[in-house]
Amino acid sequence: MVEAEVLVIGGGATGAGVARDAAMRGFSTVLVDRDDLAMGTTGRFHGLLHSGGRYAVKDPPSAAECMEENRALRRIAADAIEDTGGLFVSTPWDDPAYPDLFHSGCIEAGIPVEILSTAEILRREPRLNPRISGGFAVPDGAIDAWKTVWGCALSAKEYGATILNYHRITAVHRSDGVVTGATAVNAISGEEVAISAGFVVNASGVWAGDVANLAGCEGVTVLPGKGIMIAMSHRLVHTVVNRCKKPADGDILVPIRTVSVIGTTDTEADGPDDVAIPQDEIQLLLEEGEKLVPGFRRARALRVWAGSRPLVKDDKADDADTREMSRAFALIDHKERDGVEHFLTITGGKFTTFRKMAEVTVDRMCEHLGTARSCTTAEEALPDSGHHRFYWLGARLARREETLNDDQLICECELISRRRLESAMEQRHTQNLDDIRRTLRLAMGPCQGGFCIYRATGILHSVERLDYSAANSALLRFLQERWKGVRPILYGDQLRQARLDDWIFQGLLDVEHLT
Amino acid sequence: MSMIDDLIEPLEEDTIRGSLDHCIKCTICETYCPFANATPLFPGPKYVGPQAERFRDGGDHSPDMSLDYCSGCGICTQVCPQGVKIAEINSKARAKLWDERGIPLRNKILARPTLGGRLATPFAGPVNWALGNRLVRGLIERVAGVHRKAPLPRFAGRTFQSWARHHPSPLTDKTVVYFHGCSTNYFEPRLGEMAVAVLEHNGFRVIVPRQDCCGLPLQSNGSFDAARKYVRRLAGALAPYARRGHPIVATSTSCSLMLKREAREILDVTDPEVEEVGRQTYDICEFLLDLHDRGELEVDFDPLPMAVPYHAPCQQRGHGMGKPALDLFGLIPELRIEEIDVDCCGIAGTYGLKKEKYDISMSVGDRLFKTIEKLEPEVAACDSETCRWQITHGSGVVSVHPIELLYRSYGL
Repeated sequence: MVEAEVLVIGGGATGAGVARDAAMRGFSTVLVDRDDLAMGTTGRFHGLLHSGGRYAVKDPPSAAECMEENRALRRIAADAIEDTGGLFVSTPWDDPAYPDLFHSGCIEAGIPVEILSTAEILRREPRLNPRISGGFAVPDGAIDAWKTVWGCALSAKEYGATILNYHRITAVHRSDGVVTGATAVNAISGEEVAISAGFVVNASGVWAGDVANLAGCEGVTVLPGKGIMIAMSHRLVHTVVNRCKKPADGDILVPIRTVSVIGTTDTEADGPDDVAIPQDEIQLLLEEGEKLVPGFRRARALRVWAGSRPLVKDDKADDADTREMSRAFALIDHKERDGVEHFLTITGGKFTTFRKMAEVTVDRMCEHLGTARSCTTAEEALPDSGHHRFYWLGARLARREETLNDDQLICECELISRRRLESAMEQRHTQNLDDIRRTLRLAMGPCQGGFCIYRATGILHSVERLDYSAANSALLRFLQERWKGVRPILYGDQLRQARLDDWIFQGLLDVEHLT
Repeated sequence: MSMIDDLIEPLEEDTIRGSLDHCIKCTICETYCPFANATPLFPGPKYVGPQAERFRDGGDHSPDMSLDYCSGCGICTQVCPQGVKIAEINSKARAKLWDERGIPLRNKILARPTLGGRLATPFAGPVNWALGNRLVRGLIERVAGVHRKAPLPRFAGRTFQSWARHHPSPLTDKTVVYFHGCSTNYFEPRLGEMAVAVLEHNGFRVIVPRQDCCGLPLQSNGSFDAARKYVRRLAGALAPYARRGHPIVATSTSCSLMLKREAREILDVTDPEVEEVGRQTYDICEFLLDLHDRGELEVDFDPLPMAVPYHAPCQQRGHGMGKPALDLFGLIPELRIEEIDVDCCGIAGTYGLKKEKYDISMSVGDRLFKTIEKLEPEVAACDSETCRWQITHGSGVVSVHPIELLYRSYGL
């Protein structure tokens, strides 16, 4: 039995943000996710910290909101953010009338914008298509979703919150029209956990309709708008590069950590768990990439994945209900909508605005609970960001340099040493190597685990004192997971890598016959 | 979409950085790297190359000083089965690192052999005495960081240029241009004379234009801008001859490689002049072997009844021309050549001269030295000057350019 004042369902950016906000305002809080934190939409985006430029023409209020939150996240989450800056460039394929609209849109939305000549753009990013004709600089950035979400979760924990990842909600309890808690099942042990909570926030993103149904609030419709992204094996650019045109498929290249991610597409998914990768969308992204960076098709694609934006379509909600439903996100008040008290659904939105979404949600909760407590999440830095220094690409190289000869290098692509890996394993206390991957970016480089994951399995085996079959299954499970994202882009260099990895795992280790 | 179809060629720099995409982490480069195997201070070509490059953002604080323990020998690029330009990636990153930190005075001096040559030639006697004196060398080590035992060449006291100016090359219908490089000019003018004699023996008129350093030592010590100036100036001096179609023949494998490839690939110098000169440049053994392949090489070789160990310098691999000296030696009756199967002598230009790298350099060359020593030969042969000095230093055996053996065998 877990008791809390607030239960937050969904450990993506929004849920973790709500949990942190609630905990910081003094509510005892529990955060629950069916998987690990940030495994849904949050962990499946390209890593763009919006300046708002992408909405400057179509949706100026959203643009302004992005810029405001961009500033806030820079204050509180420096360790997760790389200050790459962003460019909007016009290629010969783009509407020549758009740049003027873009420029005035940015000014209207309060986005600092600088007009750049073609020569200046090419000086900053020499790999860009020399046929571009001018563009703009805006304060886009790159943000690490896992660091941010875990930062929020750890901050919430410091304020007394409980984090229950790998707990699936199977029932939401109601008594006389008031939500009172939920039942969760531990996804690893199968154990049932009753959670008593005076208030429940449904922050389950594309799954928000399912969770609302559990509370008897039928008809909340969240359409998963699926987009695919391809990570290229190194940084083709060091600045976020957008096409200066109406946002469309494949028009952005984000340098995030050691890779550059091209995104994205937009199709309606077959449900929230659909992460299938359509081949034609891969081709489309590569084609668009070629327009931005000549030679893009010959560059090495590392991995492809899909994530779904939660798009709220709620016919039941009248104007009053959508009072705070900005075009960017939806806060559904189930007291007004369904007559169910102490239950809110917050969904939609963008990663960049998660903090604001959390603030609005907790404000509304305070209203319901008849208490006035102010939000401080925009000022207080996350646990690892107190130094206010932005993340820097060379950080791992610098750290490695200090321990070159007294610590083994386990993951060569992402420069993860043995001691670092061991301490992450001890901290996460998990049998799932994918949890470690998200913590350290283990096996996320060009070889996709080919050289590190058998080493990491051995280390996990000793740290967690696993028996051999548990260690073997951890290895197999991880390989399967990696394979999913590699298989659709098997061509060129990554195909060669996959062949070598295959020789290692099938030829040398005979993994298919491990028991 | 037709605009995409006519592909825009990526910049040279991009193709080098971009080549890191081909790395499948097979580790072959690391097993071949003579320096990673000799010192724990160098984390190896795969590490500092394709791996570390992903963490370099073009910003102004390179964190990885360990990169400086790369000698630039280029073996990694040669052995990579995937075509990663490992050594080139490393050279550029190293230059960036020194650009940020400021190049130490020592490296600036070592990188300018012409400067030293010009200053020291008139005073060769006392300078050579001083450079051979233990106390002076100890002082130099402390002040300038050049190891007290490092194999510094002796100044000849005269220049090859002054000899060439007074040497009338016979007028024939075949002309070559001789690119002698700094070491021939200041340290080994005798080699230049022998090269000229061998070429003239084969019916060539040899032109020796005034020429300066190719910039290679500057490049390997991270002064890319200065190196570009030098290579452009050199190309300017040689280009008129290249345009007339005269082959440019060189006795220094590393300096000719600068003209052939490195100016473009590492320094990003894409001037048409450098390109023209590069296309016409030949290593002298390569040139002579080409002649032989066409049946145009004089083969009036006298027997040389001796056993000579031969070391092919690692930078020679960059030419992609095999080991032409070995084929030429095969034409000399009774000459027994023993090719030593060691990749690198350790000196790598100026690398092994440096105080902190001397021991590494000697340990890299150790097997080569011991093998040569054991053979007790009269001379050893090697195409590259710094390698010859290192071999002589490490093994005690006098080391000569292959041309010297041809010269002797021709009876010139």
